[in-house]
Amino acid sequence: MKILVCISHVPDTTSKISFTDNHTKFDSNGVQFIIGPYDDYALARAIEIKEATGGTVTVLNVGEADTEPTIRKALAIGADDAIRVNAFPSDSYFVAQQIASIAKEEKYDMILMGRESIDFNGGMVHGMVGEMLGIPSVSPVMKLEVEGGKAKMAREIEGGKEYLEVSLPLVAGCQEPIAEWKIPNMRGIMSARTKPLKVVEPASNDTRTKLSQYQMPAAKGAVKMVSADNVAELVSLLKNEAKVL
Amino acid sequence: MSILVFIESAEGAIKKSSLEAVSFAAAMANGSPVVAVAMGSIDSSALAQAGAAGASKVLHIADARLDQGIIQAYATAIAAAMAKEGAKTLVLAKSSLGDPVAARVAIKTNASLVSNVAELPNTNGGFKVKRSIYTGKAFAEVELTAETKILAIKKNAVTLKEDGAPASVEAFSVDFGANDFGMNITSTDKTTGEILLPEAEIVVSGGRGMKGPENWGMLEDLAKALGAATGCSKPVSDIGWRPHHEHVGQTGVKVSPNLYIAVGISGAIQHLAGVNSSKVIVVINKDADAPFFKAADYGIVGDAFEVVPKLTEAIKAAK
Repeated sequence: MKILVCISHVPDTTSKISFTDNHTKFDSNGVQFIIGPYDDYALARAIEIKEATGGTVTVLNVGEADTEPTIRKALAIGADDAIRVNAFPSDSYFVAQQIASIAKEEKYDMILMGRESIDFNGGMVHGMVGEMLGIPSVSPVMKLEVEGGKAKMAREIEGGKEYLEVSLPLVAGCQEPIAEWKIPNMRGIMSARTKPLKVVEPASNDTRTKLSQYQMPAAKGAVKMVSADNVAELVSLLKNEAKVL
Repeated sequence: MSILVFIESAEGAIKKSSLEAVSFAAAMANGSPVVAVAMGSIDSSALAQAGAAGASKVLHIADARLDQGIIQAYATAIAAAMAKEGAKTLVLAKSSLGDPVAARVAIKTNASLVSNVAELPNTNGGFKVKRSIYTGKAFAEVELTAETKILAIKKNAVTLKEDGAPASVEAFSVDFGANDFGMNITSTDKTTGEILLPEAEIVVSGGRGMKGPENWGMLEDLAKALGAATGCSKPVSDIGWRPHHEHVGQTGVKVSPNLYIAVGISGAIQHLAGVNSSKVIVVINKDADAPFFKAADYGIVGDAFEVVPKLTEAIKAAK
């Protein structure tokens, strides 16, 4: 089994978000970057599958040189090698093209990634890659088993899940509880330093969207406290002041 | 030029989020026709309801194979409907089916695609939309540069229009490709008759402060009195007190209801990320220092086991 896991390099989930340069750039000052939490699930499941059935796990990131510590972490977790496409991930279409271009050459059995990155939350790259390659794409996948050239999956839907089967190759956007996150051990961290990390230039620079500027949400007013002995007042406020009942 | 809207149905009716997508398209159409496209077995009378939200016509692809959400086939069908109508804009509601389908349609039609759209587009010089990013912690204004445009909209991006005339329903058939039905859905495990979390106008969520799954009855009673869906925090779904599809937060369902009531949830930043586009937030927690109060509109410091039943009674009394 030859598996590609695409990872995003994103601010830690506890990060305070702010912008600089007249609201056109993300302010990375003091922000810790991590492997996208959903991508981390995809990586963990890929490694479990590799450990059970053999094969290789390659990680791919589209990013500038500052993403390399994040890529090394994925190698420490257990990926065999890595590819960095040396470019800022401008939009979903741009990223999908890079993945599809590499996958056309390498012919992976499975291309896994998170259901969405937690910076732009688009959740579109896996579907775009599937369409570009003419293979099935499934998301959000919460269970994935491979058996005889087929993947058996559970996909989360509103109010439950559906179970499905698809022949390989495929693209999947993953989420919990597909696997438990893996924490790198000392041996993994040591070996990650010498695992191959290939840097390639983008196959195309086309984008389909252009960022104009960032905006912060309007500040929230102060909370209005209501006594626990007077819940009727809360109901009246929700009805007459907030007008949501 | 017409705008196409992909609409989904559940239990024989068009989903509310899809009707919002129709209203969104109608609001941006500026008089151009809004055409909806629906898949699978559903009554024409139910589809005509898309008219109230602003559609003039519904294309119905009544292929029973589409009763299940076969992603590739849906993408082929929508692209065919866009071609038939000459539509250069597609609007749809963000959903577990809409998202993966929209991504494929964007490639088939060489479109610019923006997801999590929060407001009507700004067309003064280019075509720009405001979308939420960083799981609701910020917004980005993004320009769609391709001729064809696809917008996947968030709940509450627009007010639902309900006064339009019934739409005409036109049968439409699609030539599917050999691979379009490669995905085989073997079974579905889904709650029925309940208000679905992403669709709900009101959400009642519980956290670890509820002490155990056996205490969820009082939240369900409150939800029932309000016509609300129930949700939970990540720890609660992690320990298995509640199913994963009820998990609200950064790595779970992101909700944007009119009213979000959080009971016994401390308000970790990851939970707030899933709820911060709610219109009004009520927090009930016995810890006056719970960080959630800072993000709330209304708060009650008190024991959930006393406050929640009283609140349920007060809501019933106010009706």
